[in-house]
Amino acid sequence: MARPLGEATREAYGKALAELGRENPNIVVLDGDLSKSTMTKYFAQEFPDRFFNVGIAEANMVGIAAGLAASGKIAFASSFACFVMCKAFDQMRLAVAYSGNNVKIVGSHGGISIGEDGVSQMGHEDIGLALSLPGFVVMVPADGAETRAAVRAAAEHFGPVYIRVGRPKAPIVYENGCPDFQIGKAITLRDGRDVTLIANGLMVAAALDAADLLQQQGISARVLDMHTVRPLDEEAVEKAARETGAIVVAEEHLLYTGLASQVAMAAAKRHPVPMRFIGLYDYAESGAPDALMRKYHLTADDIAREALELVNMRQGAVV
Amino acid sequence: MVTTDVSLEQLERTARKLRRHIVKMLAIAGSGHPGGSLSAIDILTALFFGNVMRYNPRNPRWEDRDRFILSKGHAVPALYAVLAEAGFIPEEWLWQLRKIDTPMQGHPSVKDIPALEASTGSLGQGLSIGLGINLTAILDYNRYQLDGAIGEIMSIEPVVAKWEAFGWAVREIDGHDMKQILDALHWAKEPRQQPSIIVAHTVKGKGVSFMENNNEFHGKAPTQAELEQALAELAD
Repeated sequence: MARPLGEATREAYGKALAELGRENPNIVVLDGDLSKSTMTKYFAQEFPDRFFNVGIAEANMVGIAAGLAASGKIAFASSFACFVMCKAFDQMRLAVAYSGNNVKIVGSHGGISIGEDGVSQMGHEDIGLALSLPGFVVMVPADGAETRAAVRAAAEHFGPVYIRVGRPKAPIVYENGCPDFQIGKAITLRDGRDVTLIANGLMVAAALDAADLLQQQGISARVLDMHTVRPLDEEAVEKAARETGAIVVAEEHLLYTGLASQVAMAAAKRHPVPMRFIGLYDYAESGAPDALMRKYHLTADDIAREALELVNMRQGAVV
Repeated sequence: MVTTDVSLEQLERTARKLRRHIVKMLAIAGSGHPGGSLSAIDILTALFFGNVMRYNPRNPRWEDRDRFILSKGHAVPALYAVLAEAGFIPEEWLWQLRKIDTPMQGHPSVKDIPALEASTGSLGQGLSIGLGINLTAILDYNRYQLDGAIGEIMSIEPVVAKWEAFGWAVREIDGHDMKQILDALHWAKEPRQQPSIIVAHTVKGKGVSFMENNNEFHGKAPTQAELEQALAELAD
């Protein structure tokens, strides 16, 4: 059942940036001494005059990106998700969000699936931090193809954007590219009647696998790839709530702030239904990525179990 | 728009007028930061009216303009006064400082007034933003911070040696001497392989006797009586 692995979303980001660089001389890229990990190295190799490695100085990097954007450039700034969002938050608040500057922040190594390096390098709360900044578009693509589409959409959108990409090779969700990608529009990967699974990032593939598991038990699950956390596709959430009556949200992030909270808010406002949430409640630890995803309950089995409970609950069955 | 050559006397007269605007707008607002506004105003006057910066008040986003970023955002009354004098904003706006439903935010907001170039107020960000634009730095070195004299809190000396150690070309001036300010600004424009900083030695609260080096006026507006005395001292 496991989907074939494709390129890591960070790899797709790096390649997409280089492609965009060829098309648009106005794109500049900044990195904080992690270009070999964030994959901005591809852009750096091809366009050294438009690449600025500022060293391990994320706050300075985002301030400089704001200045470049204020001068008419499209500035992409990258580091690990945790470093760029936590260390440069003040600059993102004032020089990017409040000022409305055309800066694209791309945080790599999002989530716990980076594995062995451990908590200090993992993005647990990056999406929540980005969501707390008014005006920021926040995207978490599921695989390489969708990442390319998201990076392109970010460049075309005027204003602040945060994109989270990941370290490990990502299961392929979009075999034939992602031509219909639109900021703020959920992609229905699979229709269903009994429950809706809403996910982003690596959890999209897990949700598809969970839908297969549920199918085996006679449960028809809809799967939405909610690649954009803001602006959230509230219509898709409402439709899912009305038509399937139960929602499971899955994200590789702390549940206090992130996709789950946003979907819950939208559902509460438009059409409340029973919901369950797959995500983190605490910091993780070092370990092999797959083992961590299992230990912290971020697998297809976990999603399927919660979905099943919701469906049984609605049918009044004893679980 | 490039201003024509002006005399030092004219610039000093302008700075005095803008000082009057600063104390008046702060008194009307009832809050704000006089000390750091008054220490910076001579530098801002030279920049905007001394034939140094290129700008067009009718088109604040003119692509070939020079851009001024006030990193010490709390001194925005000085910048508002300059923007009104230059014609970017109407003078009446000065008397709306810090009031609701106006663009006159308590710290610079570029979304409200595009001529401000950058939203600042969280200290230190202007240097990074400026680096993304192409930077000459000016240090308004009035030797005070909110809690008191810098040297009594956490000394930052030797300031000049530190900037030099980081590879900057440094020039020290009296930040209230119009000729020295203009000379230094033209020096900063000379092409060189390193960034330039002007370390301007200034007096916090400069121009109003009871505010000078009196850190009580870091973030306290003058009362009506204090305003009258200040205006009398700043009269032409």
